[in-house]
Amino acid sequence: MTAIVAAVRAPIVANRRLIAAVTFVAFGLIDILIFGLFSHKGDATFAFSLFGAKVTVPSLHVPARPVTYALGIASVLIGVARATVTESKLLKRLSIAAVLLFFVLAMLLWSDTGSWADGIPINVITLMQGTLAASIPLILGALAGCMGERSGVINIAIEGQLLLGAFTAAVVASAVGVLWLGLLSGSLAGGLIGAMLALFAIRFLVDQIILGVVINLLISGLTGYLYDRLLVPDANTYNNASTFSTVKIPVLGDIPVIGPIFFDSTIFLYITYAAIILVQVGLFSTRWGLRVRAVGEHPSAADTVGINVLGIRYRNLILGGMLAGIGGAYLTIGSVGTFSKDMSSGLGYIALAAMIFGRWTPLGATLAALLFGFTTALGSFLGSITVPISPFILGMAPYVATIIAVAGLVGRVRAPAADGKPYLRE
Amino acid sequence: MELELRGITKRFGSLVANDHIDLAVAPGEIRGLLGENGAGKTTLMNVLYGLVQPDEGEILVDGKQVTIHSPKDAINAKIGMVHQHFMLVPVFTVAENVALGVEQQRKLKIGSLPGIPTGLLDRGRARRQVIELSERYGLQVNPDVRIEDLPVGVQQRVEIIKALLRQASVLILDEPTAVLTPGETEDLFRVMRELREGGRSIVFISHKLKEVQTIADKITVIRRGKVVGERPPSTSDAELAALMVGRPVELKVSKEPAKPADVVLEVTDLTVAGAAGLAAAGQDSRNSVDGVSFQVRAGEILGIAGVQGNGQTELCEALMGLLPSGGQVRLDGKDISRATPHDRLRSGISYIPEDRREDGLVSDFSVADNLVLDLYDRKPFASGIAMDLPAIRANARTLTTEFDVRTSSIDATVGTLSGGNQQKVILAREVGRRVRLLLASQPTRGLDVGSIEFVHRRIIEERDQGVAVIIVSSELDEIYALADRIAVMYEGQITGFRPPSVPVTELGLLMAGVRNGAAADPAGSDGNPDDGPPGGGSAGRTEPT
Ligand SMILES: Nc1ncnc2c1ncn2[C@@H]1O[C@H](COP(=O)(O)OP(=O)(O)OP(=O)(O)O)[C@@H](O)[C@H]1O
Ligand SMILES: [Mg+2]
Repeated sequence: MTAIVAAVRAPIVANRRLIAAVTFVAFGLIDILIFGLFSHKGDATFAFSLFGAKVTVPSLHVPARPVTYALGIASVLIGVARATVTESKLLKRLSIAAVLLFFVLAMLLWSDTGSWADGIPINVITLMQGTLAASIPLILGALAGCMGERSGVINIAIEGQLLLGAFTAAVVASAVGVLWLGLLSGSLAGGLIGAMLALFAIRFLVDQIILGVVINLLISGLTGYLYDRLLVPDANTYNNASTFSTVKIPVLGDIPVIGPIFFDSTIFLYITYAAIILVQVGLFSTRWGLRVRAVGEHPSAADTVGINVLGIRYRNLILGGMLAGIGGAYLTIGSVGTFSKDMSSGLGYIALAAMIFGRWTPLGATLAALLFGFTTALGSFLGSITVPISPFILGMAPYVATIIAVAGLVGRVRAPAADGKPYLRE
Repeated sequence: MELELRGITKRFGSLVANDHIDLAVAPGEIRGLLGENGAGKTTLMNVLYGLVQPDEGEILVDGKQVTIHSPKDAINAKIGMVHQHFMLVPVFTVAENVALGVEQQRKLKIGSLPGIPTGLLDRGRARRQVIELSERYGLQVNPDVRIEDLPVGVQQRVEIIKALLRQASVLILDEPTAVLTPGETEDLFRVMRELREGGRSIVFISHKLKEVQTIADKITVIRRGKVVGERPPSTSDAELAALMVGRPVELKVSKEPAKPADVVLEVTDLTVAGAAGLAAAGQDSRNSVDGVSFQVRAGEILGIAGVQGNGQTELCEALMGLLPSGGQVRLDGKDISRATPHDRLRSGISYIPEDRREDGLVSDFSVADNLVLDLYDRKPFASGIAMDLPAIRANARTLTTEFDVRTSSIDATVGTLSGGNQQKVILAREVGRRVRLLLASQPTRGLDVGSIEFVHRRIIEERDQGVAVIIVSSELDEIYALADRIAVMYEGQITGFRPPSVPVTELGLLMAGVRNGAAADPAGSDGNPDDGPPGGGSAGRTEPT
């Protein structure tokens, strides 16, 4: 770090602590002043079984108002502690998690005791299933981001990869009638964009951010055009795919609570599990990963020990694109079956935020994606019990969570040192 | 193996970095390569290592022509290189850096079958290889520490271990000793001799004539891209220097006695905590600077001597506000202990950092921009919020001429300059600004003898103009050439202040941590009138209370 950079950075570091503390206190005050004061009498109910499950788990009844106050006060205290006591890294992360959790609980307690809720319990299992469902494209997209950026290439085109993956999968699956081919072609479509990104970024040294945005616009225009010209006039042939059905994993799928959430879903969830593990272990415990990270941190060091820097970058962008393509395919043949214009609706950018929030690690990115997925699921749950909040505001939740997470809570993170920098030998 | 380069030519635009160079190295030979900054030594070696493609010429191994298009080809041809600028990944551990490119996989053993490769890294094996090589060649290094937490001297050892692990037959060492302590250099020479016994050839690049005379079997000198002579190691300093630079060089700059005036810098009980990374690795939890006190007056040069890694780096960074520290720092009587680096620069300190690439320059910026890196927002380089580009360019033209910075243009990015020329860019920016205090850490590291002469003369000129100067150097020659007063650092403390007339043996003892009797207290030792440097008046000045 040059002396000059240090000079500029010093006050920012000092302020970080205050920003985090104020954020925490603000969350606590919302808990108390909104969800607490405006809460209604009575208990909120949390259910832990699906309708018709073999083994049922008893529901939990919680008195709304006192618990909401308690959660709010706890958040304020955590904020005060953050400002006054120097905490360890682990403690800092735990306090972020706690404040967010308290906020969500307070909101749930408030919403479930309202007259609109009509005594409908909060079904934790449906909520969690919704979370995972919303997270799949985010996780796969974030993994694509990790693969690219760990090797030193910024991938803003995740959005385009999701969208083209969704489009291709829907068209192929419905025209050919084979779902697996839809999945494969969606993945290849994502890989194709990865290859295009790689070619322009690595070979022609185009600015990677601009390149990514341009690709996204291109894909949005292209799929939009084909949708109008092909999919709308001939929807039965081209936009009428079926969807993968759920597969319950034997034994694991029967565990109460856990089973229906994690082990009773479509192939997409299982592919996602595998991808997380492969990329995480691959990056940090294999020869491939060591080389990838070397290329992303210090390409000339990698080059001088005989590693093919550009080859690794090409490969990572293409493989990453294929993962994002699967995430895109999920949007159509994994959930709704039909393609609609711009249906990725910014998920690619949220995936990018998840990657940064997760500090460029697959596991971290997954946790961040789950957080964003949860806000989506929560939004639709609250919408379903018709809380008196505008559905547009509920729809904003994932994006607001992104801004708060990245701006307020991420703190100083270090991107791979050569991220976004083209490598030239001479 | 026998290596021969024939007619190697490399041009960068209009600049001819290598001009039909011929060089043959026999097996079991150590070849010294000398040449001034920008002569084309590194370029030639990069050609050999496949990092730069030559415009003309051929490379022969054992009489057969080989094509080397990439480092991979070079490694396969059993050519190894320790680069002038480290090729180490800062966030990797030592073992990971050494293993990179030749990683061992963990094998899955089933019964008596040969192991199945799993693709998983065998970190244990990598660690053992590092430990084994470091023990065999006496290159002390902990395999589990991250590179960014290691001092440069140790990083250099890692580079050497890397090359050794790859069993190169020809080893290129590009200024390997620039960052080593005399002891470490001795160790390196021992390793080099051992390798020579084993029939390997070594190309050794250095600006230190003595070293080349000591270790090389034959010396090749290049100037401005051409081979200008081959000499035996018995050739005198003066002749080699003249051959390199093309004119006679004054190897020791003469200077008048100092005329110290008011106290400029007063440091009281400065303390910096030990590096977190090292403490975590269980290496060292002591303070890296431990209660250091001294004063520097206008018009004098305080030389801080010591073996690298005894807290000098941290001392400088703390003085600049780059590291948090305890104690007090006063500049012209004003307390700047809590000031930001920006404010310290503004209040009249010039800083030449030890690690030029990391702290002194922005590699992707042009030479001209780097020359105003900490002045760009002030007159005469700015008016209001706009930078005055003509003034910045004029400044760059003046300084590059004055300091003989060899560059194709002032708009070239600093990263393309030769190592020594990069250092000159920093010197040109920091020296001669008429500040209050010049803080220079290893100011002439990587400079050729001609440039060292010039820089030393400039620093003495600064002193004579009334600037207070601190020179931190692990080169005793440099300390003796410049210092009016010498402080020795050992394990974060100042073990004594001495006049420049002190014998080398005494400095050596101080540098090894041996304090003599009553002089045990660093402050007190300076109060001893016997220690007063010649030129008078400075004895007993440095005792803070
Ligand atoms: N990539 C490049 N682009 C343009 N010019 C370059 C490049 N690499 C080197 N040069 C120029 O070639 C010349 C020779 O540089 P080189 O690094 O070989 O010098 P050197 O002999 O190693 O000097 P030093 O002792 O200072 O390290 C220099 O003038 C340098 O500016
Ligand atoms: Mg060089």
